[in-house]
Amino acid sequence: MKARVTVTLKNGVLDPQGKAIEGALKSLGVDGIANVRQGKVFDIELDTADKGQAEASLKAACEKLLANTVIENYRVEIA
Amino acid sequence: MKSAVVVFPGSNREGDVVRALKLAGSDVQKVWHAETDLPSGTDLVVLPGGFSYGDYLRCGAIAGRAAVMDAVRAHAARGGLVLGICNGFQILCESGLLPGILMRNANLKFICHRQFLRVERNDTAFTKAYAKGQAIDVCVAHGEGNYTADSETLKRLEGEGLVAFRYADAHGHVTQDANRNGSMNSIAGIYSDRLNVLGMMPHPENLIEDLVGGTDGRGLFESLVSSAARAA
Repeated sequence: MKARVTVTLKNGVLDPQGKAIEGALKSLGVDGIANVRQGKVFDIELDTADKGQAEASLKAACEKLLANTVIENYRVEIA
Repeated sequence: MKSAVVVFPGSNREGDVVRALKLAGSDVQKVWHAETDLPSGTDLVVLPGGFSYGDYLRCGAIAGRAAVMDAVRAHAARGGLVLGICNGFQILCESGLLPGILMRNANLKFICHRQFLRVERNDTAFTKAYAKGQAIDVCVAHGEGNYTADSETLKRLEGEGLVAFRYADAHGHVTQDANRNGSMNSIAGIYSDRLNVLGMMPHPENLIEDLVGGTDGRGLFESLVSSAARAA
């Protein structure tokens, strides 16, 4: 079973890297970019076929390590 | 006084901290991150600066979950002293021993320069050799030192006197110019609720010899040694 975890900064948390990327896109002349927020994607292979167990493992992974919930949100998608 | 300096893969300031502690009169042992116990009789645990695990995922995130950190948490819960410097501060935040997080510097630059700090209080185990409000001359060298916490945490830190140091000018005035990484409330270091855990971004261990430009950092290590002697 495969899953994708997406970790993003919470709303209101300053993202200087996103701002720098946004500025670079503007200086490249890419039109229509209003705002950029940078995040992280983790592609994870699970060694279980049980969806409930996979969900529990992924939640634990996010809470314990992948996201710092002080500043980040996470989203889990199981393929 | 017995100190344990924890070494993670990618730590690189442990040698300087060991030297500063020995100069202040402490016995020092280095402890590898995979250890599950601290040396018996440890008074102080130091998490030194560096780039543990290459700063992968988030600074201090992986080190904050290393085996030795359970022993460090137990030591802190017993009231034992813990000092985290630079990457060590990031590790303390990631491990849950201190609140908040150190984010990328607001100007996106790695900053490396001499820096004055204002000592917010001098009644803790870490700062009794200083005067309250004293400006001490140390160094900073980091890319992620922008202290960030939610408004409630910040209010609690301020209300309970848990801010240890702020970025300041040579006269001890906390100015916008002195806050080069964008930290909330110019915070350079914070204490735990019981004042036995200190995390700070600047490097006091850099300024312990006149030969390299100053000795203002010595006071922190001397404070710790005299505190431990009194507790024993």
